Amino acid sequence: MTPLSASNSALETTARRLPGDLAIWFFILAELLAFGVFFVVYAFTRANHVELFNAEQLTLDRTSGAINTVLLLTSSFFVVRAVQVAEAGFSRRAAPWLAAAFACGAGFVVVKIFEYAEKIGAGISLSSSTFYMFYLSLTFFHFMHVILGLVIIAAMWNGARTGRYGPDNMNGIETGAAYWHMVDLVWLILFPLIYVMR
Amino acid sequence: MQSSLSSPPHASSHGTSNRAAIIWAALIFATMLTWLVGERGDAGPAITALLMTIAFAKGTLIILDYMALRRAPLMWPLIALGWMLLVCSMIGLAYWKGLAA
Repeated sequence: MTPLSASNSALETTARRLPGDLAIWFFILAELLAFGVFFVVYAFTRANHVELFNAEQLTLDRTSGAINTVLLLTSSFFVVRAVQVAEAGFSRRAAPWLAAAFACGAGFVVVKIFEYAEKIGAGISLSSSTFYMFYLSLTFFHFMHVILGLVIIAAMWNGARTGRYGPDNMNGIETGAAYWHMVDLVWLILFPLIYVMR
Repeated sequence: MQSSLSSPPHASSHGTSNRAAIIWAALIFATMLTWLVGERGDAGPAITALLMTIAFAKGTLIILDYMALRRAPLMWPLIALGWMLLVCSMIGLAYWKGLAA
């Protein structure tokens, strides 16, 4: 290796870098594609049933949707803090941040379960109408991603607690963090699209 | 030949705690704005454009800062932002189609 190429590779280490595992980013792209298709199909179906969608949207609890947005955003912030602390070399200090992130994610699940219980109690199901079919299937598809995200955060918490992460071992925590932020990202479109836009 | 990923320590991609907190506050403020629009029952093309612009702005913060793609190879933030722009635009287009129907 020539001195020039050695200095180039040294530069590369401080240049642009994709955080976490490359595989998770391909998985995230696939997920974004799937959610994107669902959102666009919802929007164009709505265009053909505007009155129905506007009327039934009024039965949704926007405040629950907003609370869940706040919970996901706050959870994402806590995950960022955990990653920053781990990167600074304090893996064990990342654990409480991840526990807080998990608590917010679990809060999302609880709010959503109450929302579903209320709808099911009112006799609403997938076959009630086109709007409710979309509302239930889209939010439940996202809900399953939140559940998987919580499992990943729990694994990250365990890793942080045992001192696994540090500036020389960020792959695991960055990979899990990227997935969790994706779950947040799609909700940022889902909330205005289904709960608010009319 | 070592890959750059296995050559620690790397430059931080994750910013500072202050930056993360300010972004969190901006995201919460934007969420309150969206919620307020819903509570007021505001509707129409301008409101839909506002809602999608807010969603795009929030998504941009998540993609560039929280997902730390700001310092990733350019292809990755461009794909993520392109996805966000495309989906928000298509939703806007569908809304406009609904008005015409």
